[in-house]
Amino acid sequence: MPEQDVVRVGAGAGFSDDRLDPALELVTKVKLDYLVFECLAERTIARETLTRTKRPELGYSPSLDARIRSVLRPCMERGTRIVTNMGAANPVAAAKVVGEIARETVRRPVRIAAITGDAVEDVLRRNPQLTLLEGEPLEAILPRMVSANAYLGADVVRDALDTGADVVIGGRIADPSLFLACLLHGHRWRYDDIDRLAAGTLVGHLLECSAQLTGGCFADPGVKDVPGMACIGFPFASVDRNGSILLGKAPGSGGLLSVATCTEQVLYEVHDPQAYITPDCVLDITGVAFEEVAPNAVAAMGARALPGTESLKVVVGYHDGWIGAGEIGYAGPNALVRARLTEQTIRERLRMQGLQYEELRVDYIGMSSLHGRASGSGDPYEVRLRMAGRSSDRKAAQALGFEIRAMHVNGPAGGGGGASSLREVLAVKSLLLPRHLVHPQIVVEGRAET
Amino acid sequence: MKLHQIAHGRAGDKGNTSNISVVAYDEAGWRIVRAHLTIDRVAKAFAGITSSPIIRYELPRLRALNFVIPGALGGGVTRSLGLDAHGKSLSYLMLNIDIPSEPLADPRTP
Repeated sequence: MPEQDVVRVGAGAGFSDDRLDPALELVTKVKLDYLVFECLAERTIARETLTRTKRPELGYSPSLDARIRSVLRPCMERGTRIVTNMGAANPVAAAKVVGEIARETVRRPVRIAAITGDAVEDVLRRNPQLTLLEGEPLEAILPRMVSANAYLGADVVRDALDTGADVVIGGRIADPSLFLACLLHGHRWRYDDIDRLAAGTLVGHLLECSAQLTGGCFADPGVKDVPGMACIGFPFASVDRNGSILLGKAPGSGGLLSVATCTEQVLYEVHDPQAYITPDCVLDITGVAFEEVAPNAVAAMGARALPGTESLKVVVGYHDGWIGAGEIGYAGPNALVRARLTEQTIRERLRMQGLQYEELRVDYIGMSSLHGRASGSGDPYEVRLRMAGRSSDRKAAQALGFEIRAMHVNGPAGGGGGASSLREVLAVKSLLLPRHLVHPQIVVEGRAET
Repeated sequence: MKLHQIAHGRAGDKGNTSNISVVAYDEAGWRIVRAHLTIDRVAKAFAGITSSPIIRYELPRLRALNFVIPGALGGGVTRSLGLDAHGKSLSYLMLNIDIPSEPLADPRTP
């Protein structure tokens, strides 16, 4: 590809707890035009909305400071713009934090744009007749609602880049749209150019989980080997103005970028491969093919799309009681029988206290905790009993861990390593909201632009 | 033989639904996977996880199948009581499936 025709966009993070170093490695080793940090899981924004309620200056991704601090100066020195959803429930506050880091570390002024308007709690309160995708009426969870955020598309992110922003920070933006926006901006693609939207959305879908394209979540020793696992490099895409895609990873980094890693990732979190719905388009990956053009360099082609739907997906976060859990381990002769006696004894103690659970789950770790009964019989040498329960009653949830720890002294012989946990559940459900009810806004350096 | 010998795959999560890709390593493996990895065979392997109807998609260009398995994630990542709330490990329940080592005979060949 002729150099001037190519826009390069890299993945700096693929989830909130992603490794920090690969982003800097990518920035310093590859001449990126854009670096994208995707750090917002479905439920994260509900938690951050609660944080913001208690402390109005917070509510953005807790890793924002560390991630931006590590790359801001090298990015600004190289002309690499940063796009991220780390604003979570408070993009304006996040923009302030980035502004402070910029003043400390960068010699020139850094322009920062925040994207707001994804929060739609008020819209939902006015429309209790809406139905959740799970089938229930919205009304059923409305009293317990914590947050509601519409997935914004690439158009508003592109507009934010068009203000000349060096850093664009939003909250709930569809993951692939973060990347597509960079290509719309860099190539001046039209938002109704469906073939370009298809190519850019495919790029975003492949890059949004960072190392999952470059050998993460892939290694199976002797079958699918991945070199240099400790230093897996993050991926980037070089995309020309026609939408031709070449995927790469930082030179000298560990990991593997191959047709096989790309094939696993292109189907990741996809249901109907002809209809992967984003706010920007409906992507069809049934014609997609990959070709390895050099070691760790893969061309991707064949993405098609239909125009976007009339609605935007909204994720609603709501309080859903408490989950308590406890674990204790047994080993050696009769290990499993002793663990089973523990389960029976705890069930009886919970019953005697009259504690109620919406759901109670028992796992024998090492036997049945991941694949249910599929692992078959055969007694293990050691086994760890885990009991977990969900209840609207905090005391009931807490009792599980308490009773398990009590087993050290009040249970069968040789129970060791008791542990317990308790957490408040922020659950999520989804619904579709007509687009005209969602009003994204761009705030540059504290001033609204739209 | 185990599906693991001729294919690889990855599990993803959306709400309470797991999707699991199965990608054949080569053309011979793809013929076996396509012919024998039926919804029935997968449903049997996942009987201890969910009894919801499973959907199967074919992607011949990628030599891949995509299975969509509703109800497989204990209520979804946020409220599941399970240890693997994302169901990341479920790809290996899929690859553990026993499968015949020859594709079905093509009725058109004499």
